Amino acid sequence: MISGRVAIVGVGETEFSKDSGRSELQLAVAAVRAALADAGLAPTDVDGLVTFTMDSTAEIALAREVGVGELRFFSQVGYGGGAACATVQQAALAISAGTARVVVCYRALNERSGRRFGRVSRAISSAPTSSGVDNAWHYPMGLGTPAATVAMVARRYQHVFGATGEDFGRVAVAARRHAATNPRAWFFERPITLADHQASRWIAEPLRLLDCCQESDGAVAVVVAGAEQAADLRQTPAVITAAAQGSGADQYIMTSYYRDNLTGLPELGVVGRQLWQQSGLVPDDVRVAVLYDHFTPYVLMQLEELGFCPPGEARHFIADGAIELGGRLPVNPHGGQLGEAYIHGMNGIVEAVRQVRGSSVNQVAGAGPVLVTAGTGVPTSGLLLAPRGSGKVGH
Amino acid sequence: MEDTVNAAAERIRAAGAGPARPARDPVNLPMIRNWLEAIGDRNPRYEQDGLAPPAMTQVWTMRGLHPAADPTDPLSAMSAVLDQAGFTSVVATNCEQTYHRYLRDGERVEVRSRLVDVSGPKRTALGEGWFVTTDSTWYVGAEAVASMTFRVLRFRPPGSVAATPASERTAAASDVLRPVVTRDTSFFWAGTAAGELRIQRCGRCGRLRHPPGPVCRQCGADRQDHLVARGTGEVFSFVVHRHPPVPGRRLPIVVALVELTEGVRMVGEVLGADPAQVRIGAAVRVDFVRVDAELTLPAWRLLP
Ligand SMILES: [Zn+2]
Repeated sequence: MISGRVAIVGVGETEFSKDSGRSELQLAVAAVRAALADAGLAPTDVDGLVTFTMDSTAEIALAREVGVGELRFFSQVGYGGGAACATVQQAALAISAGTARVVVCYRALNERSGRRFGRVSRAISSAPTSSGVDNAWHYPMGLGTPAATVAMVARRYQHVFGATGEDFGRVAVAARRHAATNPRAWFFERPITLADHQASRWIAEPLRLLDCCQESDGAVAVVVAGAEQAADLRQTPAVITAAAQGSGADQYIMTSYYRDNLTGLPELGVVGRQLWQQSGLVPDDVRVAVLYDHFTPYVLMQLEELGFCPPGEARHFIADGAIELGGRLPVNPHGGQLGEAYIHGMNGIVEAVRQVRGSSVNQVAGAGPVLVTAGTGVPTSGLLLAPRGSGKVGH
Repeated sequence: MEDTVNAAAERIRAAGAGPARPARDPVNLPMIRNWLEAIGDRNPRYEQDGLAPPAMTQVWTMRGLHPAADPTDPLSAMSAVLDQAGFTSVVATNCEQTYHRYLRDGERVEVRSRLVDVSGPKRTALGEGWFVTTDSTWYVGAEAVASMTFRVLRFRPPGSVAATPASERTAAASDVLRPVVTRDTSFFWAGTAAGELRIQRCGRCGRLRHPPGPVCRQCGADRQDHLVARGTGEVFSFVVHRHPPVPGRRLPIVVALVELTEGVRMVGEVLGADPAQVRIGAAVRVDFVRVDAELTLPAWRLLP
């Protein structure tokens, strides 16, 4: 059991932009250096590295440039943004097992100036793998962008539960409100209204432009270490109260269309049940939620899948501003990927750490645990972080 | 259309033999050796005497793995006419070759072909089509060394929208993303090419499944069969895709997740629909979009 024995002890980011002007390797190096400096550790203290299978920077390349010598643990997690929290889980497992002592998790991408994930990818469609075969049932038929694959589920969700485009829009409005007071956010000082959302152009109906997260260049790194070592380091540790991965029955990447219902995110349910079980916490205990927000409808469905409200009722849950700062459950105080930047969910982990430390620009008062989720519609992951001693110990 | 085909056939036939097409390489031992190995012919005489197997004659004048269209070739010209008319699939039906002598190492061969006959339209087991017959003669200098009568059937697969003339297909149809096809899924794509919507059926317990896979999740059998769907269903959900561009398509398009009458779900484009008229629950019928000789996509049309 990981619970309470491992912590995030350092975080680092580059600036978030639309054109970094640097290679992804350069971005990765900058973020890792910043995270180590934040932790008060040297590159030679690091003996483990974890990233995404989608990342272009191999662990060994990063180790060479940063000056990490020998590596005892290195790992890559698959399924796009679903990997985000799982990189930290991998680090925590390795540290709990005594395999490694200090593990850095990183993600660097020129997603706006380089390969844009929102476009139709011939490479993904033609991959000579089981996932390529899965894509054969969707891409050739004209369904080949993340927005379109989500729109298919969003339409069914609207049909079954009566949710509307305005319900989706409230998620975007909250994110942009939060980003407006975050100087690191791309949409700093640029809030939107529900009318702005409703006036934005269709991308893949029922999704509008403002239902889709932005595209960004940038990098994020987090340093993970054992809780005892963490106590001697520079920052208040964000203790990993729970960490989990999840894949549902009959799982596909973005196109799990063959289950009985098309109104939930069962893979996230797998994550949520483990988080509550490991931590002994319940949804009401959560102070802040950092929910992966590449597309607004999946934020509503996450609230339901994690147990913050019953299935189909997220639109009522958020109607009175519950997910905004000052609400019952502030979601994405940094502005999320809709407002701050799209760093494949890793910037959400940084925000969660800041909320634990009490250093966020949009700090939510209290000492309760912070929930983080990773990519939705894909096999995914999640974390519960808290200051030392605040989480109940699981059974 | 029948008149158009007949007129083109008469014009191409009257033009007689096309220009001589020389072999890319002279008759040579490495190619002879490769061919003998591929065919499994162990007769040592060919290599010893520097002779080419007669059945190899056509090999010398083949145009490579990815030949460009050759409008001066009578068969290519006639095929293009039939393709335009919607007879887009092809199968060879007869090939009779006559050899006048062995070809020798180092000889340069060339071939000339002429259109002999075009007959149709005829109903065949494969679908309505035209039989196209050509005669070809191989020469070394002025000497005829071999000849061949070759007949193909150009046909329209039944039930397909191949009736759409090639000129009306979108210019970028060749950009359509290709499915990755494996031994587990080839039955489906062979089905669409034949105008059938096939659903995988377990060879032991009969469970239906889409997308298909090699092992039945109900009984564990790895013996898979299929049935031909009735081709009807209901829209379970749908997307109106407006942005960004989709290779091979003009936007917007409607893409639906259809629940088939047989119970499985399948994604496909809804053709010819006003996006505002598509509804969850709408009844649809399958259609087939022939992209080219290798790929036919399943698609849907709203029922009135
Ligand atoms: Zn079975």
